[in-house]
Amino acid sequence: MTPPDTLQFSYRALRAYPGRTALILLAMCIGVAAIILLTSLGEGARLYVISQFQGLGSNLLIVLPGRSETTGGAPPLLGTTPRDLTLDDAIALYRSPAIKEVAPIIVGAAPVAYGSLEREVTIMGSTPALLSARQLTLASGQSLPDTNPRVAAAVCLLGETVWKELFASRNALGEWVRIGQTRYRVIGVLAGKGQSLGMDMSDMVIIPVASARNLFNAPSLFRIIVTAQGQEQLAQARRDVETIIRQRHDGEDDITVIAQDSLIGTFDNILSALTWALGGIAAISLVVAGILIMNVMLVAVSQRKAEIGLLKALGAPTTQVLRLFLTEATLLASAGGFIGLLLGLGGVFALNQLLTDFSVQPPWWAVIASVVVTFLTGLLFGSIPARQAARLDPVAALSGR
Amino acid sequence: MSSDPFIRLREVCRNFQVGDETVHALDHVTLDIQAGNYISVMGPSGSGKSTLLNMLGLLDQTDAGSYQLAGRELTTLAEEARAQVRREKIGFIFQSFHLIPRLTAAENVELPLVLAGMPASERRAKVQQVLQGLGLQERADHRPAQLSGGQQQRVAIARATILQAPLLLADEPTGNLDSHSSADVIRILEELNAQGITLIVVTHDTNIGGRARRRIRMVDGKVVKDET
Ligand SMILES: Nc1ncnc2c1ncn2[C@@H]1O[C@H](COP(=O)(O)OP(=O)(O)OP(=O)(O)O)[C@@H](O)[C@H]1O
Ligand SMILES: [Mg+2]
Repeated sequence: MTPPDTLQFSYRALRAYPGRTALILLAMCIGVAAIILLTSLGEGARLYVISQFQGLGSNLLIVLPGRSETTGGAPPLLGTTPRDLTLDDAIALYRSPAIKEVAPIIVGAAPVAYGSLEREVTIMGSTPALLSARQLTLASGQSLPDTNPRVAAAVCLLGETVWKELFASRNALGEWVRIGQTRYRVIGVLAGKGQSLGMDMSDMVIIPVASARNLFNAPSLFRIIVTAQGQEQLAQARRDVETIIRQRHDGEDDITVIAQDSLIGTFDNILSALTWALGGIAAISLVVAGILIMNVMLVAVSQRKAEIGLLKALGAPTTQVLRLFLTEATLLASAGGFIGLLLGLGGVFALNQLLTDFSVQPPWWAVIASVVVTFLTGLLFGSIPARQAARLDPVAALSGR
Repeated sequence: MSSDPFIRLREVCRNFQVGDETVHALDHVTLDIQAGNYISVMGPSGSGKSTLLNMLGLLDQTDAGSYQLAGRELTTLAEEARAQVRREKIGFIFQSFHLIPRLTAAENVELPLVLAGMPASERRAKVQQVLQGLGLQERADHRPAQLSGGQQQRVAIARATILQAPLLLADEPTGNLDSHSSADVIRILEELNAQGITLIVVTHDTNIGGRARRRIRMVDGKVVKDET
């Protein structure tokens, strides 16, 4: 029996039992569609996070107070309470030739008022270096004064959202807003920029770091963002940061320095693993579909005993009978898988229409794997019924026993 | 005997274990059958007629003895080789026709050619020719369920003979047919025999059995009468 004839014969057999065939197609199809959709969501999340970090600017180091376990050091034990990072620590970092800019950051929330309008807004205290580090641009006006960061100044930059809400998009430059108890003059408005690292950069107000220290009455920094001179100087900058702070903190290594790259790498790994896990969970449904195929094929074998006996009487070798039933199972599984693939990709397309700032896309390996796995599922779960068919005794099979 | 027999059985046994009891379905059967002969096998129910036919058709095994077909020992063949002998040398006709219901008459007839791996282009003409010879050309595209019993059995005969197997085995071929269709089927089988095919018919019908050139009677797995 030639392969096209085998395929044709199996196809006709499947067509003869439409209900059963449809059931398996559905099960297979749901399994594959689930794999495609879930892995697409995982992959979408991964790409989303990476894009968030990339909005951060390159050659960045983030300096956090306290020793973090993730970098491999010992966690703070008794007696080694980490020191806070101070503005003087940040200024000291300028001693390193590898470092281009240093942006000390204090974050807090305070009511911001203009006229009769008042709103609780995130306040960021920093220096002009923040704008280049986080790749913020001004829509109008000018940046914070580039003077001694220890000196407070009653000036502020408004995020786009804050400006729209307080000023109803009218000119704000030169106007005075009240932040907490103090009046600040608006010297610039930031151009719109979306989310970055979970912080809405347009829904905030930026003031000089010394002013924020007074406003929140807090001497310590939230973190320091350091920009290296270039990609090659990043490692040197990191060593310098660690040495300078250690010197200033009585020889204690009580800070954590995160390079943007390694951060992306970590998230990348975590979210890739998540995607694989989601794919794996969805693959369980393929096993269920496989078991369904096996059961249905077992029923088919017992219902078609007479046919199998006849094929043997006509001189079909056992291997041919085996091949016929295996072909049926893999044909079913592959067809179901193919429909599921189309359905899954359709679902991805629909999701992308619904979600605007989150793009979902199936990872290439999931597409290939789902095709291969459906084929193997048919082969694997079809082999037991096919073997049973091939082993039937022709006389018993012909009499329906 | 002047020439070697086409079928040569020596002391063939086939036993079935039913509970504690051993049923001797074939009990030391020795037979020689010449090529082109027309044989009927009769006997009471359970006497081993079907078992004999299945054994001759290589659908069933032997437990002892020797079976030679055209000078070749078959009891020692492996399964694949037995399948090949079935395909090339033996045609089967059953009481209940055993047509595949989802296939048309023509496709059922075509099946042995498909199994033999014949290209589709050659198959069509051959099927056409065989169906025509049996007066079934009008029914080629009908499913078995749309055919009468007599028509179904004729399709089965077409299927059994399309590869020109030299041996045709029929197990109660008229058992499910009315007398008119029975006569039809027997006439076709006898025509095939006249063209040289070796025909062995198992039947309960004494009229049919009596027409054969050689009449074998079985009881309890043994050949008790053998008349020519
Ligand atoms: N697979 C089997 N298992 C057990 N016993 C069997 C089997 N096949 C046949 N037999 C027994 O072997 C004996 C011969 O059976 P066989 O079918 O050859 O009879 P038969 O002559 O064809 O009868 P009938 O005219 O009713 O068709 C019977 O006693 C039967 O019960
Ligand atoms: Mg019988």
